[in-house]
Amino acid sequence: MSSIPSELKYATSHEWVRNEGDGTVTVGITEHAQGLLGDMVFVELPEVGDEVSTGDDVAVAESVKAASDIYAPVSGEIIEVNEDLEDSPELVNSDAFGDGWMFKIKLDDASELDALLDAEGYENSIDED
Amino acid sequence: MTNKTVLHAKHLEANAKMVDFYGWEMPINYGSQIEEHNAVRTDAGMFDVSHMTIVDVKGSDAKAFLRRLVINDVAKLEEAGKALYTGMCNEEGGVIDDLIIYFFSSTDYRLVVNSATREKDLAWINKQAQGFEVTVTERPEFAMIAVQGPQAKAKVATLLDAEQTAAVDGMKPFYSAQAGDLFIATTGYTGENGYEIALPAEQAADLWQQLLDAGVAPCGLGARDTLRLEAGMNLYGLDMDETVSPLAANMAWTIAWDDESRDFIGREVLTAQRAAGDEQKLVGLVMEAKGVLRTGLKVITEHGEGVITSGTFSPTLGHSIAMARVPRAVKLEDTVQVEMRKKHVEVKVIRPSFVRNGKKVF
Repeated sequence: MSSIPSELKYATSHEWVRNEGDGTVTVGITEHAQGLLGDMVFVELPEVGDEVSTGDDVAVAESVKAASDIYAPVSGEIIEVNEDLEDSPELVNSDAFGDGWMFKIKLDDASELDALLDAEGYENSIDED
Repeated sequence: MTNKTVLHAKHLEANAKMVDFYGWEMPINYGSQIEEHNAVRTDAGMFDVSHMTIVDVKGSDAKAFLRRLVINDVAKLEEAGKALYTGMCNEEGGVIDDLIIYFFSSTDYRLVVNSATREKDLAWINKQAQGFEVTVTERPEFAMIAVQGPQAKAKVATLLDAEQTAAVDGMKPFYSAQAGDLFIATTGYTGENGYEIALPAEQAADLWQQLLDAGVAPCGLGARDTLRLEAGMNLYGLDMDETVSPLAANMAWTIAWDDESRDFIGREVLTAQRAAGDEQKLVGLVMEAKGVLRTGLKVITEHGEGVITSGTFSPTLGHSIAMARVPRAVKLEDTVQVEMRKKHVEVKVIRPSFVRNGKKVF
């Protein structure tokens, strides 16, 4: 069983969201998702300054096995992307919840976080997969 | 009903991620497919290929039978132990399977065919054997381990006794030798040196462990696919099948035309196709931009459309490569387009061979 940190929020499409407490969130894909995709070979990230809405496909994680869209779990502005993934996409595999983060969003509406799953809810959602 | 090889427990012990492969539960990777790939290109890796089907063909008509059964000509085989790669076609000239034939004598051959095609292959071989003095015997009591990479032979050598060492000493590529209980062949599916070793199933777990202890990395089907694709080797079911001519699958070189009296199955159709010169052909594609070419993507050329039969990210080259079946008029070095995620991306056409012995070959 892969780890699901309890301090994070989750989308059913396998993104994790960390509330930084200053109106911004950090987003990546879960340990479970990277395991399904296998070795990452390219990560296409959004542009800093992009305005995104919940559910938009904003990034692509391309592994040896498949290309997978990454969706914006909340609405807002992209304020930073993880440029280390350009040269080291394998960070998504080795440290999905840490150095493998993908982008940061400045929230339009902090209440959107309430609509995301907690760790238990996410675990239930992947058990149903 | 899922089949398991005798090495199944060893895979679980090594934390393999197991997947269903045509009815066999096989390791896809043991953590990182790319690390396994690199182990084979730079050092030594091993694959459990016990799911592959070994079929012995013996009898006074064995040679005549195989000269009819397959498109390459076993009459080329004169030295005991020599191996031959060939296709086996139906009467319509479609590829039923590709296989390796090992020659021991003109009455004694060993065939290794794909596991995914086992049942239809055995049915076809037995049907065609009618009227020939041959016995066709499957050998499920053997397991098979492929040890591949620049250090593969040296690492295997540390495990062999004097008699076995002598048996494989100086063996060139595409040969085989029975060395005690081990049937050792210098064949493989990676583009590297190494061995494929068939042995009694009950000894397989011990050999696997000894190889692990000798520093050979266990590798799964994921790495096996990227390695064979870099080496430009076809995968049955993707790069060719019964609807595809060997002429359209980069297998024309395996068709032995010279002896015009040899009536191999499919000859009539293949001869007509060759004369017409209008079969598609299998080429290599290289894309240095970001992204990965995948099986099934459409290829657009000025001569018409084609299709990617196998595509992947090449860990050795650091970009995507593919094999594609395209109109015959497409030339090497042409630029063609691939439809990817609603965009058209330019890729270069090359001979379908990308990496051999650890090095880029185009």
